[in-house]
Amino acid sequence: MIETDILIIGAGPCGLFGVFEAGLLKLRCHLVDSLPQPGGQLTEIYPKKPIYDIPGYPSVLAGDLVKNLMEQIEPFKPGFTLGERAESIEKLEDGRFKLTTSRGTEHVAPVIFIAGGLGCFEPRKPPISNITDFEDKGVEYIIKDPEIYRDKEVVIAGGGDSALDWTIFLANVAKRVSLVHRRTSFRGALDSVEKVQYLAKEGLIDLITEAQVVGLKGADKLEEVVIKHKTAGEKSQKTDHFIPLFGLAPKLGPIAEWGLNITKNAIDVDTRDYSTNVPGIFAVGDINNYPGKLKLILCGFHEATMAVQSAFKIIHPDQKLSFKYTTVAGVNGFEEAAA
Amino acid sequence: MVKITVIDREDQPHELDAPTDMNMNLMELCKAYELPVEGTCGGMALCSTCHCYVQNDFELPEPSEDEEDMLDQAFFVEDNSRLGCQIKLTDDLDGLKVKLAPTAG
Repeated sequence: MIETDILIIGAGPCGLFGVFEAGLLKLRCHLVDSLPQPGGQLTEIYPKKPIYDIPGYPSVLAGDLVKNLMEQIEPFKPGFTLGERAESIEKLEDGRFKLTTSRGTEHVAPVIFIAGGLGCFEPRKPPISNITDFEDKGVEYIIKDPEIYRDKEVVIAGGGDSALDWTIFLANVAKRVSLVHRRTSFRGALDSVEKVQYLAKEGLIDLITEAQVVGLKGADKLEEVVIKHKTAGEKSQKTDHFIPLFGLAPKLGPIAEWGLNITKNAIDVDTRDYSTNVPGIFAVGDINNYPGKLKLILCGFHEATMAVQSAFKIIHPDQKLSFKYTTVAGVNGFEEAAA
Repeated sequence: MVKITVIDREDQPHELDAPTDMNMNLMELCKAYELPVEGTCGGMALCSTCHCYVQNDFELPEPSEDEEDMLDQAFFVEDNSRLGCQIKLTDDLDGLKVKLAPTAG
């Protein structure tokens, strides 16, 4: 079990900066994120995009901003639980919260910051009406164990790196791999594109371009996919598995079930300190909602800073908080990471 | 100001007054009228939540490679598919009719 002062859900820019502000007040933080690396949207969606409205940076690449934030918070030795989704929160008898992740990791803290951005990133599911009927019965959005495809018929859909990479990998595992893509060109890495084209030319995979999977058929499990070709129309193909690989999209997810007041997929907060309707839980950054809300990183930095001040009063109700500038007090980090 | 018709996912048409002097795009217009367009990435052609179909014969600027790449992650993409965020509102668009594409599950 992991214990900390402030448990931050979401390791995007606002969550990361919260660690710095908390550290200045000698509060320790631990971050939980469903993605395998810190940075949130900045790392996952647009690492190479320049951002122009971070004060003091005329231009900074999103990926570099995350790198800088990680460097800035390093003295405060934050803990990370990455690649696990924050699943449930329960209030303990001692007044603290226990947060359990999708993998069962338990975290206990008196204060929780929800800095979850747009929610957790989950695989995009094609809007095929009966697709949920076949989940884990032939339809997988993530490849966890490639061995389940051994000697099976597999249809992969998508045109990016993961679709290409898995097509190449499974070509040696599955009985037959078909890759369905809507265009003739691919956006993936050049050598992967060339490899896939080579495999198709040699007849080792079926490359079906200018086509999309539009339907699924089967009794108890997936038996056929319906492939619609741009000019040749629809045709069914027998298959054991269908793996749609269309990238990740954010979903609010379990946060919606935590008893917080939510308006339009965002958590209502009091702008004095960005506290939610549940005492001890704060929401900062893109995930909160208040009159005049702007979804800007710079606003999220402010919100996290204000929330930390109130968090201090909850964590140390008997201590008086004296505000100090970093120019006066410097940055006094923690000697070691939390046990 | 031009008129643009947006047909929502329930097939309801919405005739919108679209300003052409505010550097807006079609995704932002839909959001301003509170139509169900997420625009998750804020208009960087990085999420495909503003995927729509151009319904009438319009000479729109060709989609960029970035837009085509992102359409690869959208569903039910047709020849008339576009990302709303990549369609700048200009005076040439008077009478444009688009239909919102189905959302991913």
